[in-house]
Formats: sequence, structure tokens, C-alpha cells
Amino acid sequence: MSIWEFANPVRFMRLTGKVLPWITALAIACLAIGLIWGFFFTPEAINFGSTVKIIYIHVPAATFAINAWALMFVASMIWLVRRHHVSALVARAAAPVGMVMTLIALITGAIWGEPMWGTYWEWDPRLTSFLVLFVFYLGYMALWEAIDEPDKAADLTSVLAMVGTVFAVISRYAVNFWNQGLHQGASLSLDKEEHVADVYYIPLLFALAGFFLLFLALVFLRTRTEIRARRIKALQLQEAN
Amino acid sequence: MPDLGKYGETILTAYAATIILVAAIVIVSLVRSRKIKRQLAELEARRNG
Repeated sequence: MSIWEFANPVRFMRLTGKVLPWITALAIACLAIGLIWGFFFTPEAINFGSTVKIIYIHVPAATFAINAWALMFVASMIWLVRRHHVSALVARAAAPVGMVMTLIALITGAIWGEPMWGTYWEWDPRLTSFLVLFVFYLGYMALWEAIDEPDKAADLTSVLAMVGTVFAVISRYAVNFWNQGLHQGASLSLDKEEHVADVYYIPLLFALAGFFLLFLALVFLRTRTEIRARRIKALQLQEAN
Repeated sequence: MPDLGKYGETILTAYAATIILVAAIVIVSLVRSRKIKRQLAELEARRNG
């Protein structure tokens, strides 16, 4: 079975209709395990005190703020190259979810920053690039709403997704590019052998899995809604003619 | 409830903000999904019936 079969709206609806309840249930389970474990059963950290408990929401939200844009980039590329409508709708569906993740990362980061750095906000490279990413999300969503013709809207938002990808990458690697600012290096990285201590790491992995599954469930749900909305428009056009 | 010490308000505010925002995107997505699903069902019923 080829991945391109899912570009067919009927197949996409059939598959996601089957897996959505399972993904939702798994998301709730992982979030419950990760957050309850992290909040109630992990000790204070030497550097952060009890504020280390914010890591279970801040790091997953920041991770999927960036990865949501990565998904939008890939889906937009598929739209531009292969003109699959479902991919354009996946990109559209992911944007509000990514925007909320970015907002959670910004808010929890500011709340965490005050006791750690003595300020809610600093024009630090990572903080600033996240704020720019948030503005890109708003612009992307506004552009979809502003254009009535669906294919034209998909074309223009895809171009915006390409441009915004630069800021998504900067958001991810800002602490590596510029060795300055308040924000510490990445807590988790595929190219590092050591992460946060195991006592925090395992519940954090559950929280990350929960946020990933929640993100996936919301993108599937919203894409299904967009496909149905397209169907309504098509039927209304047929009726009008 | 664990002893959060002097950072209790900070931690609870961060969790509350996250819960509110996640609940908002879930509720908005579900409400729109149900509304569009109902509209499509009505439209298709009218065409078929």
C-alpha cells in the first residue's frame, strides 16, 4: 500500500475514522501518566527547585510547536508538487494546533523564566524566534481565511509555510546558533548521549508521547472537518448550478 | 498535593494556562467538527431525499 493512497479523501476519512478513537485514548493515557508522574512523584531539581515540574508541559509544547510547522512544510511541499488536496488541508488543520503549542511554550516559558532569570521576557534568540514563529502561525491562519478560492489559498499559504520554515529551524537551533541569551540548551536531543536525569526523563517521555498523540488526534479531527467542509461547498455549488 | 514550596503559584499558573489552552483547542475543534458533520448530513439528506 502506497502512502499516496491516503491522498484520496475517502480513504483518508476511512482510515482516520478507525484510528482516531485509539489515538485519542492513547493520548489521554500517556498525558495522564506523564503529567501525574511528573507533577506528583518527581523530586525537586538542584538548579530549578520545584519549578522543574514545568518541564513536562513546556518541553513537549515547544517540541510540537516546531514539529507542527515541520508537518505544515512537508504537507505544503506535497501540495505544491503533487496537488493533493488532502495534504493542503492537513497543513491548514495543523496550524491552529501548532499555534496553541507555541503559545503554551511562550507562556509557560515566561512563567518559568521569572523565578529563574528574574524576568518574564528577554529578547533572547530562542524566545524571540518563538515569538516570530507564533506571528507566522497567525499570519498563515489569517491568509487561509482571507482567500476564498481554495487552490489559490493553498498555493499562497504553502509559500508562507516555506518562508516560515526558516524561523521554525531558527527556533529549534537558536541556542546553538547564538551562544548567548538566557535560555539553556536543548533538554532533549537525538545527538546527545545525556539528557535530563532519568527521574525526570521517563515521565517527560510519556508527556512527549501524550502531546504527540494529542497533536496527531487534533490534526486528524480538524483535517476530517476540512474535508467535510470542502464537500459541503462542492454540493452547494452543484445545487446553485 | 506535592510540596511545591515558594514556587507553588508559578507551577500551578503554568499548568492552569496549559490546561485552558489545550481545552480551548480541543473544544473548538470538536464543536466545529460536529457542526460541519451535521451540515453535511442535512445537505446530503436533502439531496437524496
